[in-house]
Amino acid sequence: MNTTPVTPFSLLSRVLHWTMAVLIVAMLFIGVGMVASVSPYHRLLSLHEVVGILILALAAIRLINRLLHPAPLLPPQMPRGLREIAHISHYVLYFFMFAQPLLGWAMLSAARYPLPLHLPDIMPHSVELYATLRHAHGIVGLLFFITILMHLAAALMHALIYRDGVFASMAGRSH
Amino acid sequence: MSTSSSRYDLRAVLAAGGLARLASIGAIVAAVALLFAYVAGWFSPHRLTPAALADQFERNNGEHPGFRRNHSKGLCAVGDFASNGAGASLSKAQVFRPGQMSHVVGRFAFAGGMPFVPDDPKIVRSLAVSIRPDGGSEWRSGMLDIPNFPVRNVEEFYGFNQAQADAKTNPKAVPAFLEQHPDVAQAIKPIGGRTITSGFADDTYNSINAYRFVAADGTVTAVRWSLVPVDPPAPVTGAPANEPNYLFEALIAREKKSPVQYKLVVTVAAPGDVTENPAVAWPATRQQIDVGTLTLNRVESEAPGNCRDINYDPAVLPPGIAPSDDPLISARSATYSVSFTRRAGETKTPSAVQVAP
Repeated sequence: MNTTPVTPFSLLSRVLHWTMAVLIVAMLFIGVGMVASVSPYHRLLSLHEVVGILILALAAIRLINRLLHPAPLLPPQMPRGLREIAHISHYVLYFFMFAQPLLGWAMLSAARYPLPLHLPDIMPHSVELYATLRHAHGIVGLLFFITILMHLAAALMHALIYRDGVFASMAGRSH
Repeated sequence: MSTSSSRYDLRAVLAAGGLARLASIGAIVAAVALLFAYVAGWFSPHRLTPAALADQFERNNGEHPGFRRNHSKGLCAVGDFASNGAGASLSKAQVFRPGQMSHVVGRFAFAGGMPFVPDDPKIVRSLAVSIRPDGGSEWRSGMLDIPNFPVRNVEEFYGFNQAQADAKTNPKAVPAFLEQHPDVAQAIKPIGGRTITSGFADDTYNSINAYRFVAADGTVTAVRWSLVPVDPPAPVTGAPANEPNYLFEALIAREKKSPVQYKLVVTVAAPGDVTENPAVAWPATRQQIDVGTLTLNRVESEAPGNCRDINYDPAVLPPGIAPSDDPLISARSATYSVSFTRRAGETKTPSAVQVAP
């Protein structure tokens, strides 16, 4: 290979990434499926709430880990435009990882639904506020899913087209 | 092998035979997106969804923004629940501990989606409660004054409501539905033959759905529950003319005299009793346990922050109470959520029943 090898992400970073990848994609499917379902709704909702809290906790750990251990540098041959898109996409993905569970927590609080794990209410009791937050939760979920699709496409471009070691740096295969 | 500068150049990639790889990336991403759309029901416009059920209420009753899609006409009542400890052997829920007091936010209502329907004793009445001990988990229950539900699942529910809507133009719609659903024809007989009491205060409200009580040692017991009035049931009298809220007004007047009370009675299933079918009542001989007294000592018009803004979701249960295999518990939970979300975002108008200051 005539490119500079990309340093792999740390093991903790990779474990966090792939664990959250599975959880978040499952969550988005559960969320969009449960609101369109009748009989499995209650079981799916209970799962959705608990996994949502888990994702929020993992996102906090992941952000601290990322601040302590910055991501490996992208290949210097990668055009500047692509590199900028890659950087922005990471900010967007981190934003959604926090925003979506927090919106879920906030909307349940505003409606005074009981919260799992006896979490405190983080919003005043207001059905108008609930309605706004509930709609935002749906829209943000959709935008999160679209962003993940683009992230998947970009990862596959690195793996199959660019073959520049960026995919391997997260997949964890030796390069 | 491509050079470092050309690997990011799509034209060079395509020229080097990269089209198949690019197409496979597109196919993978499209497949994930299509699966998502399928799960969301975007390809299945006829799927019976919570939104479809809420839409049906709107079609059958007209649109009444800001109000519940069902049980629309109601009045709030607050008070407490005093546990006598008799339920503690069956359920570890905090509300059943001996001497435990819990806060209650309740709501009396008529079944049906019309918030200004004139009071009529023949309309099914409901009492929904949120029971919450200090520092403990909340229990919500929406109960009806009928002995059993007319249908056993949500598909029948939708079909029966559809037939009732169709009856406006086709008088044979309901008889035709009942002929195709003999179980519904059977289930509505005890509903039609129920004893109708004089009002809300002397009425009995039943959970209809079966639940599971989980004891501290893990023992699971199938149960239903009822709120049985302390007031002796009085026979119904004729409706006065030009008093569209007279049953609610009678409740308000009754409350002014003294708190309205009910015994919370748990009915224990015998082996073999069906729990998955709310259209079949259990025999009257089943063991009944009085587990405490529910006292409602103040009534309030629906207003911001009170019962108006609670979704009486029948799947909101404390540890110690769990849903049974009755599919309608989840269906109610799903549909109430849609109704709640819709009305939460709509402009509110004052409710029909107003408590004079």
